[in-house]
Amino acid sequence: MDINNYINSGILELYVAGALSDEENKEVYDVMLKHPEVLNEVLQIEAAILKLTEATAPKDAILDFNPIANKISSQTDTDTKVVNMKAEKLRSSWLSVTGWAAAVILGAGLFWAIQQNSELQSKIKVAETDKEFLEQQIEIADTDLKEAKHLITILRDKDILAIPLGGQAVYPEAYAKVYWDKATNSMYLDAQGLPEPPEGKVYQVWSLTLNPLTPTSLGTLDDFMTDDNKIFAIENSNASEAFGITLEPAGGSESPTLEQLYTLGTVASVS
Amino acid sequence: MQLDLLIEQFKKKDEKAFEALYNMYAKNIHGVIFNIVRDHDIAEEIMQDVFIKAWHKADTYTAAKGRFFTWILNIARNAAIDKTRSKSFKNKKQNLDAQFFVDILEHGDNLNDKTDAIGVGKFVSKLAKKCIEVIELLYFKGYTQKEASESLDMPIGTIKTRNRNCINELRAIVLN
Repeated sequence: MDINNYINSGILELYVAGALSDEENKEVYDVMLKHPEVLNEVLQIEAAILKLTEATAPKDAILDFNPIANKISSQTDTDTKVVNMKAEKLRSSWLSVTGWAAAVILGAGLFWAIQQNSELQSKIKVAETDKEFLEQQIEIADTDLKEAKHLITILRDKDILAIPLGGQAVYPEAYAKVYWDKATNSMYLDAQGLPEPPEGKVYQVWSLTLNPLTPTSLGTLDDFMTDDNKIFAIENSNASEAFGITLEPAGGSESPTLEQLYTLGTVASVS
Repeated sequence: MQLDLLIEQFKKKDEKAFEALYNMYAKNIHGVIFNIVRDHDIAEEIMQDVFIKAWHKADTYTAAKGRFFTWILNIARNAAIDKTRSKSFKNKKQNLDAQFFVDILEHGDNLNDKTDAIGVGKFVSKLAKKCIEVIELLYFKGYTQKEASESLDMPIGTIKTRNRNCINELRAIVLN
């Protein structure tokens, strides 16, 4: 078992909440005994919940233990008395012996029914877990499909210019592609061919006019690392003649650092 | 560990151990009950019922069933929710469904001086509504994953990961 995955799954938070089934509770307990880091995680979660729940308590309340102490002591006394009285009556009555026998038989039957029931319950729990898993899979597949469909409609649009950006001296293997819809000023940049930017650096996209060479920033790809398909929607209302991508310090730069030009492509060559 | 020892003694009906456990968790349990019933007198009355019930059920608790706090939390939530369903309660109180624990935290009067009121307050102001909802249902109302999933209309897997992220945020704020 991968303990980090287990911790990150969120099961321990539900364990502290009391939202798991008996079997799941037992499982967490067993894992906790074997792995101190899991126990430690549970203690941390519990500590946070204790802080939070404590803060919701009204501050002027009197939380005195005495009334509770009095009640549990007096109840313990009465309990014993009642038992003694019953015991005496029992001996004298044959009728009540049969009564007890019937109760025992009934009890056994009830016990059997409860057993059956709990067996069924646990089967339902297993089926539910399977269902949860499938639900998740469907949700993921659904989202992926929607994204893919959307991208296809963009690629197929006849009014869209496709401009390949080739790798430059600093990283010749790099490539990217721009899909530009002049009519709506919108543009999609496929940046899958760019390497991961180093720590503290970010890719910046530039629109260029060539005579004279004037760069206009179209923004930085801040979420490059977290974006799965590496396709970025960018607004572009410039009369761009070329597009370039440079590597800049985080936050971007006023003008492109040309030594760090990764890819470049001109619009004229295709239109 | 000392807690384990106290629980062991409590299971053997040791009143001193019970009192120590009561002092350890009384505020938390009171907070959860108050959040459900929103009435000081009723909350104090349920508090007593809950701990008396815990005393009588002491021998049924085992560590394999979950944390001791979770066990008593469960008794408390059930008792408080039962109360809100009683006729006398319904006649007296408005519908409380739309209220969240954050209402209490934001309402300064109820903040406990001894708790990290500032830390918790900071947490509330930072917390997204989605975190408040999921924490309310899972911790304060005792919903199962399935019930929470139905109530918030999202897959169970999402509930689980969202809750993990929300509790991580909570930990970052209240435990540092």
